[in-house]
Amino acid sequence: MATAFGDDGAVHGAGRSDAVVRWIERHPIGALIIAIAVIFVLWLVFAPWPEGFEDWFGKKRIFINALFNGITLGALYFLVATGFTLIFGLMRNVNLAHGSLYLFGGYMGYEATQWTGSWLFSYVIAFICCAIVGMAMQFFIFRRMEGEDLRQTLVTLGLSIIFSDLMVWVWGGNPIQIDTPDYLAGPVPTPIVVAVRSSGEAVFLHYPTVRLVIFLAAVVIGIAMWIALHRTRIGMMIRAGVDDRDMLSVLGYRVQLLFIIVFAFGAGLAGMAGIVGGTFQSISLGEDSHFLLASLVVVIVGGMGSIPGAALGALIIGLSEQIGVVYFQNYATVLSFLIMVIVLALRPQGLLGRR
Amino acid sequence: MAITQATDAPIGMDEAQRNAAAWLSNYSAILLLGLVLLFLPAIANNFFLDQIVGWALILGMIALSLMFLAGYGGMVSLAQMTVAGIAGYMIAVFGASSLPAISLFWPWWVAVPIAILIAGAFGTLAGALSARTEGIYTIMITLALASAFFYLALQNWPIFNGFNGFTTIPAPHFLGVNWRSPVPFYYLVLFFAVLSYFVVLYVSRAPFGLALQGVRDNPRRMEAIGYNVTAHRIAAYAFAALIAAIGGILLVWQNNQISPFSVGVDVVINLLVIAVVGGLSHPIGPFIGAIIYVILRTFALDALVAVGLDGRRFQTLIGLGFLVIVLFSPDGVIGIWRHWSSRIRARGARSGF
Repeated sequence: MATAFGDDGAVHGAGRSDAVVRWIERHPIGALIIAIAVIFVLWLVFAPWPEGFEDWFGKKRIFINALFNGITLGALYFLVATGFTLIFGLMRNVNLAHGSLYLFGGYMGYEATQWTGSWLFSYVIAFICCAIVGMAMQFFIFRRMEGEDLRQTLVTLGLSIIFSDLMVWVWGGNPIQIDTPDYLAGPVPTPIVVAVRSSGEAVFLHYPTVRLVIFLAAVVIGIAMWIALHRTRIGMMIRAGVDDRDMLSVLGYRVQLLFIIVFAFGAGLAGMAGIVGGTFQSISLGEDSHFLLASLVVVIVGGMGSIPGAALGALIIGLSEQIGVVYFQNYATVLSFLIMVIVLALRPQGLLGRR
Repeated sequence: MAITQATDAPIGMDEAQRNAAAWLSNYSAILLLGLVLLFLPAIANNFFLDQIVGWALILGMIALSLMFLAGYGGMVSLAQMTVAGIAGYMIAVFGASSLPAISLFWPWWVAVPIAILIAGAFGTLAGALSARTEGIYTIMITLALASAFFYLALQNWPIFNGFNGFTTIPAPHFLGVNWRSPVPFYYLVLFFAVLSYFVVLYVSRAPFGLALQGVRDNPRRMEAIGYNVTAHRIAAYAFAALIAAIGGILLVWQNNQISPFSVGVDVVINLLVIAVVGGLSHPIGPFIGAIIYVILRTFALDALVAVGLDGRRFQTLIGLGFLVIVLFSPDGVIGIWRHWSSRIRARGARSGF
């Protein structure tokens, strides 16, 4: 799953960097375009903008804020979509109730912060609650209809209808905001110059601490998952299961247990993401389908069943949404769908997906 | 399944005739239903005619297009409601509405073909995008496309009039008849619903439909025989889009309005619920699902309140019903019907001995 660039690495037993080199050799123009784009973005971020450029492109402060918001939103999307893609990759189950798990996690986290007053502890609560729901779903329902993709998906659809209605019943339709804890509240200065005052003094970007912390946390989670998948026994089992779960089961591994673990983990991640979403924005009725769609688009763009793909897709979609809000107000949401359509047309398996 | 080349066609026709004879004897219930539907205006009041049966027939048509793709093509497309919605929007844009700034007020015989053409083009394009991937991916891609259109309609004011959408979209007057008055509209809807039903039934037994079912069952083998799998899939999407577009136009005439919330994610999903609850194995399924849905939608709220429950838990009821069907009768109401009728037949055979 995680061989990012097709199966070159796996087939030839070559290292990861080798696969990257091979990819660049095969797509010199694509690599050049990507390199230029990266350099251009780095220049946009770190260099002070020339006079005329700001008139044409808008204020640098706005651009940098949109960029940072996009990256941190991408981190949130990654947390939601990675569970979705993991469940899909291993069990071929399109979990349409994933958005409901996100929302449920957010509400449970909200209740936990209200009761205990601890923001960090609420992550544990949300993870456990959603993991239990996920385990129950896998254990009581999906285990009984293995190999029936469509029926499983329809069941998750029915569950999502029920869950969202029940959550409206309990928590009502009003948006709920989870308070940022005091130690993360407020902005933090960053070493990025957004403007130069007439006195020649540089103005640095101040960015909300909590967003940066959550971005770092998402990166840490992503790296930890990569290590867990590639360096541990259970990770090896998951990767083997993604490739051929029947073979894994024949070899005597307890595939059902693995399914339950993965479902619990994916659901738990979605629940934790719910708290992140509740802190960033708010959680309310309708956010479940919003985040379900976001994970769908992220996973389609990045490649189905691929965790690096989910990271790349989340980054692209987060950025396109936030930059879209600034530069194409009326079509911000449509922009990310447009990206999806282009990716589907050119590379149906997703950017980092395998056929 | 008999996937035959053109030379074997006569055998297929014999089979079709035999099937038709067997169908008539087996499904006398459907014949009776047809008679009831034909003479319904004589016994039913306008509310029942328009808001129950008429609405169910229109929803059934749109769900039929989903059933055609899912049942015969194995492609569960959630974009069919969107195709219908685009046709409805185009009728409002090219025809008449309360918004002279956007509507072009072209006559209906120009607006209707254009609307069907545009909606059909969208449906075909959606098919072309999702037909390149397989199986369960289709649901994800078409759901994403459907919500893309929802957001586009919500955010675009110059064409789709954003949040508000269009109101006062008149059905045509021609041959001296106001086709929006309840009885003519009922017959208009009934005509297209029955037509689409029989066309789908016919196509499912025509060489194209059989090839499509072959593609559903084993695309690789069909490819090896020499069929163009992707072309068959896209053609199926185009055909289904035609039905959905006609349904969408009728729906917008019936509701007299269209807004982004007519094509929202919940509506798209409800359409899938309708098709699955009815059953995906026979074209009558979507219509059964639609009538159940419409009756629930119209009366469940009052019924829930009457038994002392919260009427707002309507969605939970729909979800639970859907879940029960999916868990216990994967073939929907048709599956239950077949199960029962075979049991009754078996009992009859036993008592006969």
